[in-house]
Amino acid sequence: MASHLFCGRVNLNILREAARKDLREFLDKCSGSKAIVWDEYLTGPFGLIAQYSLLKEHEVEKMFTLKAGRIPSAAVKNIVFFVRPRLELMDIIAENVASEDKLQPRDVHILFVPRRSLLCEQRLKEKGVLNSFTNIDEYILDLIPYDGDLLSMESESSFRECYLENDQTSLYHAAKGLMNLQALYGTIPQIFGKGECARHVANMMLRMKREFAGSQTQILPVFDTLLLLDRNVDLLTPLATQLTYEGLIDEIFGITNGYVKLPPEKFAQKKQGEGGKELPTEPKKLQLNSAEELYAEIRDKNFNAVGAALSKKAKIISAAFEERHNAKTVGEIKQFVSQLPHMQAARSSLANHTSIAELIKDITTDSWLYFILCNMVRNAHLNMPDVFSQTALLSCVSASEDFFDSLTVEQEFMTGVDTDKVSTYIEDCIAQKDPLIKILRLVCMQSVCNNGLKQKVLDYYKKEILQTYGYKHILTLKNLEKVGLLKPQSTMRNNYPTIRKTLKLWMEDANEQNPNDISYVYSGYAPLSVRLTQVLARPGWRSIEEVLKMLPGPHFEERQQVPTGLHKKRQPGENRTTLVFFLGGVTYAEIAALRFLSNMEDSGTEYIIAATKLINGTSWIKSLMDSPEENLP
Amino acid sequence: MTRAKPEDDEYWNSSKFKAFTFDDEDDEFSQLKESKRAVNSILVDDDDEDEEDVERVSWSGEPVGSISWSVKETASSIRSGSEQSFPKIDTTPSLSKQGSGYSLSSLFKGNLHDLSPEETVRRMQKGRAFSLEKFCSLQDKLLLLDEAVAVYDGNVITAVLIFLKKSLSKEILFRELMARDVALRHYVHYLKEMGEQKLVVELLKALGRTEDMALMHYKEHLNIKDESRRRDFLKSCLSLPFSQDDATHVQDHYTLLERQIIIEASDKKAVAEIFKKFPRKASILNMPIITTLYYSCFYHYGESEGTFSSPSNIRKTFRISEKQYILTALGARAKLKSWFDVDSLFNTKNWLGYTKKRSPIGFHRVVDILHKNSAPVQVLQEYVNLIDDPDLKLSGALKYKCHDIVINTYRDLKDRQQLIVYREKLERDSPEYRKIQELLNNVQIRWKN
Repeated sequence: MASHLFCGRVNLNILREAARKDLREFLDKCSGSKAIVWDEYLTGPFGLIAQYSLLKEHEVEKMFTLKAGRIPSAAVKNIVFFVRPRLELMDIIAENVASEDKLQPRDVHILFVPRRSLLCEQRLKEKGVLNSFTNIDEYILDLIPYDGDLLSMESESSFRECYLENDQTSLYHAAKGLMNLQALYGTIPQIFGKGECARHVANMMLRMKREFAGSQTQILPVFDTLLLLDRNVDLLTPLATQLTYEGLIDEIFGITNGYVKLPPEKFAQKKQGEGGKELPTEPKKLQLNSAEELYAEIRDKNFNAVGAALSKKAKIISAAFEERHNAKTVGEIKQFVSQLPHMQAARSSLANHTSIAELIKDITTDSWLYFILCNMVRNAHLNMPDVFSQTALLSCVSASEDFFDSLTVEQEFMTGVDTDKVSTYIEDCIAQKDPLIKILRLVCMQSVCNNGLKQKVLDYYKKEILQTYGYKHILTLKNLEKVGLLKPQSTMRNNYPTIRKTLKLWMEDANEQNPNDISYVYSGYAPLSVRLTQVLARPGWRSIEEVLKMLPGPHFEERQQVPTGLHKKRQPGENRTTLVFFLGGVTYAEIAALRFLSNMEDSGTEYIIAATKLINGTSWIKSLMDSPEENLP
Repeated sequence: MTRAKPEDDEYWNSSKFKAFTFDDEDDEFSQLKESKRAVNSILVDDDDEDEEDVERVSWSGEPVGSISWSVKETASSIRSGSEQSFPKIDTTPSLSKQGSGYSLSSLFKGNLHDLSPEETVRRMQKGRAFSLEKFCSLQDKLLLLDEAVAVYDGNVITAVLIFLKKSLSKEILFRELMARDVALRHYVHYLKEMGEQKLVVELLKALGRTEDMALMHYKEHLNIKDESRRRDFLKSCLSLPFSQDDATHVQDHYTLLERQIIIEASDKKAVAEIFKKFPRKASILNMPIITTLYYSCFYHYGESEGTFSSPSNIRKTFRISEKQYILTALGARAKLKSWFDVDSLFNTKNWLGYTKKRSPIGFHRVVDILHKNSAPVQVLQEYVNLIDDPDLKLSGALKYKCHDIVINTYRDLKDRQQLIVYREKLERDSPEYRKIQELLNNVQIRWKN
């Protein structure tokens, strides 16, 4: 089920295969029948690498979720823990191991993903179980192939760790992942970067390379260039609401490890003879990647162009089905039938995406209200007495226009309108107790677009937020300040307008239907990160030195020696391949913009994208929040 | 950084330590070779499950055979009614550190006492046996730390820090860490991870990062469930060196919880009519101040300013803006359909004694809130009339069927056509219908259309 990995310019299936091979080898190390106990978080990322069938071939008979107490009984020779190196998980494992049946000893193994941790091993020792393990190993899962042109480390908290907690472990993993990638795809001759973390990763890579000097890979380089970008060089982009199809799916429903969970109502299959069947209540889960032809076609379009694309597809498919009337001879019928499975798959894919598009349309147009209400009830005010939440809901005035209003305000900020005063829209949203994350996204955006807020404005927002959502959010606000998303204006001039103009971040006449510029992904705003990438390819960063200096962190260029004989001889007209690595996360809209650049006729460069994690404004802000009892969306 | 000394070379060449030389088998180089082999074998080794063209998917959408699907499937056979959810992981780290007496080196066998810092760190990175014991002098220890930092491997840095923590005095360790930013961050992170709150606070203090220290301490309140203990804890935070703003917020936080505890205690056994008519569904503890104010406007409206639970007292104590106050009170009173209270919220007397309605929030929003609480037309009409913006006023009147306002507006606009259209929406012979009829028959009006 990895066909989606073949279709890109670089065959990322090689990476997947290497990962699968390592997995098989580890499983074979624990000979005999086995049960895997999973750190639940890992099942998602592992799903991108392997399926149960692979495990079964290597004698995995049972699989459990890691939880306190005893491991459910299973007649197997081995128990294998697949876990992230986290102390709290070690405590659970220790409990599991301690309550193993002493009379029927089983071999116990532990596989750390992505790396062993001395700290964890020490904790296991303290708990007196370290010696119970037959194997302690690590499974290096740094860069996971996510799609034909996309790699993710699936490292949720990497932005928080790097920029808030100053823990650079995930950067170390990024560097290791890049080394591993070079082992498979050849040395990358050119490295560019912008930002502190980028500099750090490049330094680590260069050092690691020096350390195994002499063990040069004899592989023709697949990538010409690596571009390392710090997320904090472009804090603005993830805050904006993504307006591509895939971006909106992620904004509204959240895509996790390539899957999305959707409200089931629109997907109920109407089967004849099954009338009166109850509607399913469980969310519908769908996998989203380029293996699905239709999805690959529409996911990067601006949502406003999706409807037309779907109806065009619908016509093609129904025409194909109509063909059956023309099939007269046995041969024709036979041919029609042979195409049926493909056609049916196309039809069900169309049905799914029509339903999703409907769901999004409901939310972006009339039922935005419903969405807010559901979110509020589900999340922020879960503990509220009924009367309160209802009133909160009721005060959502004229919410049908809310999505539009919110976009309008975002666009005003991005174009520099009224960024220096309190926004009445934000004020109203707070008064209506809209989800806190929405408020924080907007306030942060205003701050970023104004290079900091006036002290008075900042104080006002803070007070309103703390009074409405609770004083404990002092901590969250402080975190946002520490990472630079929220700050008081310094004496320095607001340089955002200069950046905006030089990099053409705002395009007045963005064409959503037939885009001619990356700005279509945000209906006007061209993501800064992708502009930097675009300018690097042509005409080069030298043309924007001034702006680069305004953005945080150093920018640099390094070259890596490629063994003689491995220099790529480019055919005339052949595109260059650039790997863009987002340290701290990338959004689907940015990916769409990069794909747009790859497909542009005269771009001359194709992009492969890597990131510590796929993020959106909501998941990103959430990762910076500091009140565990609150499970915000 | 540390160049190999001659002794080191000698070590490598002497046979005594052969057991610990790098065997090429698991060296990076061989790993690369292995990877390459993997690459080469891929086309041959293509598999099984990729053959299927159409993916089979269970209703919940998990492809049949995916790992997360199978975890459920293979486990379900033995799950006997126990709850399905993932266990809550107890994140409060255990504090029972004493008596562990471990030494990292004892985790591993072998006498690796003559390795340079560089080699030791390399071995640690590869998960091979190593010993830190031989790094006795402060200088050696720091060399080791610097080497760990230089390879950026957080795992190794932390392991070295644990060793230093055990073998150096706190003062010296803190002093040295101050000059080593990366190591310092890892150390703080490690201490937090281990739940050594006290030591972190001490460290931050030594570093002069008093504000961080204060916030860190304050954060602890989130882990305290019991409200009285939480209140007392917040009280103990008041003297911490917060920034000026935060000090005010923390003070407010404490005062609020203190109030809520008092109000909760008395309202739990309250017998007033309002509590019977609208029984409380949850406690007010730990709710934000605006929610508390709403509660107060709902259950304690009209109490004198002297009582803790009165809206006016809360408003004053927590410096709530007029806008927020009006919005909250409006919501609460409209919910109870106390239109009289709603009215008096907006009444202001001028110096001649006339009452006039004024609002810090737009009257169109007042109208929306009233409508959501099913206010009668007479009430709505009054507030629609107060909307300043003529367009908003008309759309409000249309939306909430305030016929008189609609009709008068069209009349003033001399818009005959709109009146005719509107007449069609009304019931024949209703007073409004007749009113339009009269207007249309009035020959004195000079219609614009």
